[in-house]
Amino acid sequence: MFFTYLGRELTKRKRQSALVATGLAIAIALVVVVNAVSGGIKSAQTQALSGLYGIGTDISVSKEAEPGQGGPRFDVGSADGKTSGTKRTFSKSQLRSEPFIGTITETELAKVKSVAGVTASIATLKLNSITFNGTLPTFSQDGSRGGPVGPDQDGNMPAPPTGGSDGAGGSSFDVTTFTVEGVGVSLQKIGPLASVDVESGRNFAAADEGTYVALVDSSYASTNSVLAGDKLTIGGKKFTVVGIVASNSTAASTPSNVYIPIDVAQALSSNSGVYSNVYVSADSSANLETIKAAIEKKVPGLTVKTSSDLASTVGGSLATASSLVNDMGGWLSIIVLLAAFGTSILFTTSGVNRRIREFGTLKAIGWRSRRVVGQVVGESLVNGLIGGVAGIGLGLAGVWAVNNWAPSLSATVARATNGFAGGPGGFGGPGRDNAAAAALNLTLHASIDPAMIFVAIGFSVLGGLLAGAFGGLRAARLSPSVALRSFE
Amino acid sequence: MYFLSEVTKTYKGKRGLVNAVDGINLEIKQGEMISIQGPTGGGKSTLLQLLGALDKPTSGSVVFEDQAMQGMSDRDLADFRSKKIGFVFQSFNLIPTLTALENVEMALVPLGIERGERARCALEALESVGLGDRATHLPSELSGGQQQRVAIARAIVKEPSVLLADEPTGNLDEATRDEIVGLLVKLWKDKGITLIVVTHDSQIAKKTQRHLNIKDGKLTENSAA
Ligand SMILES: Nc1ncnc2c1ncn2[C@@H]1O[C@H](COP(=O)(O)OP(=O)(O)OP(=O)(O)O)[C@@H](O)[C@H]1O
Ligand SMILES: [Mg+2]
Repeated sequence: MFFTYLGRELTKRKRQSALVATGLAIAIALVVVVNAVSGGIKSAQTQALSGLYGIGTDISVSKEAEPGQGGPRFDVGSADGKTSGTKRTFSKSQLRSEPFIGTITETELAKVKSVAGVTASIATLKLNSITFNGTLPTFSQDGSRGGPVGPDQDGNMPAPPTGGSDGAGGSSFDVTTFTVEGVGVSLQKIGPLASVDVESGRNFAAADEGTYVALVDSSYASTNSVLAGDKLTIGGKKFTVVGIVASNSTAASTPSNVYIPIDVAQALSSNSGVYSNVYVSADSSANLETIKAAIEKKVPGLTVKTSSDLASTVGGSLATASSLVNDMGGWLSIIVLLAAFGTSILFTTSGVNRRIREFGTLKAIGWRSRRVVGQVVGESLVNGLIGGVAGIGLGLAGVWAVNNWAPSLSATVARATNGFAGGPGGFGGPGRDNAAAAALNLTLHASIDPAMIFVAIGFSVLGGLLAGAFGGLRAARLSPSVALRSFE
Repeated sequence: MYFLSEVTKTYKGKRGLVNAVDGINLEIKQGEMISIQGPTGGGKSTLLQLLGALDKPTSGSVVFEDQAMQGMSDRDLADFRSKKIGFVFQSFNLIPTLTALENVEMALVPLGIERGERARCALEALESVGLGDRATHLPSELSGGQQQRVAIARAIVKEPSVLLADEPTGNLDEATRDEIVGLLVKLWKDKGITLIVVTHDSQIAKKTQRHLNIKDGKLTENSAA
């Protein structure tokens, strides 16, 4: 009889049931959508960050350069070129520290590693490779440019001058820059090469230590047509590209363009025994602030950033969306949920009030209070569940709508200490944007956490129980003799 | 069957305390048919509720078959009502969302009778009040007289010792009233049930053996109506 009676009450009093269920459904749908969108934004943030700091990095350690240290300088000495007639062709490739980046010594690294809570750390050396290829006219004493073009002593015609960047005839050059990161050759759980897929060729192996081999990021490789097996000039040395690697998160790219063994990187950039970045993973994400403080205390002068510090460096519409959803969405869900609970309590108790004679009659014919209360709670629980299921359906539709609309979020990450500044005499040649690329375009993909379905059901059960508890209490307190005297 | 001694029920009204029932002494035997009459506000309904274990007296004692009701818990009173007491109300008090049959079944729910048996008993009760063909109708699809018949079926389905009716014809027209009175008298005869009817209607009172009158909570008994 319990279910017959319950079913009749819900179906014959449709308006009452629908009101309670709709309120809960809207609230639960909102919770589902906000949660899914916020999950989508979080994963977009993780994407943005792992694209710049590598996967699994809890804390990033670097050092700002002391005045006078670092800074781009590109010297083209007279010894670097080859003069032929009135033209001097030359090619120069340099590998130097990123500007304004200081170096971390082995001793400092050891101290970082010794901090309690640090489970793993990977030290790398971030560098910029600048390659200058060009033909410049020789300058005569009077300053006049160029001269008659003729065959050189070998009888070869020099290449016809193509307009140089200054627009004057007779000069032609281009500058290629890309970021190079010196890394350990063993497998890494964190850092720039953690969780990468080798698209072609192979990964680094122990035997690569000290050799001129390189891994190239797949997005850099595809825009610059680099294939595994190609040669690449870095710091004046010919490197063999042994593999093309891609981040296996959906992030656009790995943090650097090219990776070479750390010892080679240190030697070529005259940075022996030092590093620029330490990627740290912690035993528990709850300890990040403590570990950060411990590192800063142990090694003064380091710039230590936790993943939330890093997240706060994410700017652009992604950051706006994130704060909107996390601040507003959370509060909105709570308010709407409370309002839905409130209205379902209100409607349920007013429903009980309207049925006072009915419950009084049931008590008069011998129903115990508990049975009457059970009936009220059962009705309101089922009503809550209907609201919950409808809410999940509505929420799924909402999430589907968000994904169908697929808003694109831009993430700009401030790389205050990692930026490539042109600096004095910097060349605006092609490839420069590679180093400055700290902006990503991500598509928001709201995804439903299966656990969220259970949470939503939990909320609807809670709403139903709360309303049932209030309504049931009212029904329990009812004295049958008073109830039977009451008129609707 | 019933022994009431010095039974008083006091309500706290707006104008101080009201003795709705005031020092009543009464004995009722198994199988009697009794009418209770009296002016409005005299205490008829209050007395009926005390007899039906819907309420406990403020003082005095109500004893039913050697059981003193004032000492029983609410839960025991509910169980007592479920087995021994059948109620019929002036305004029928059927559950509007349930069919006639289901309304009758509601009285068997606290007795823990198995579903099939419950439906069979309920249908039998409906048939005994002449509504076997209206089992699946909702109260809103029945006339007033038919609704009261369903209510009577609900009251007798558990075969109670006592049938208490509070103005069972108060909401009915004259023709229907006679029908219902006829039905109650027939049930009393057939089942040997104790029937206690509160009524304004002296036509009904005429049919009963004992005539009680209650005014300002005080009980008097007439030998003739
Ligand atoms: N819950 C209550 N609180 C206060 N006073 C009450 C309550 N119930 C009944 N009374 C009072 O007790 C007195 C008896 O009421 P009762 O309902 O028994 O009268 P009645 O004889 O059935 O009247 P009627 O013929 O109008 O049905 C009345 O004065 C009434 O106002
Ligand atoms: Mg009355």
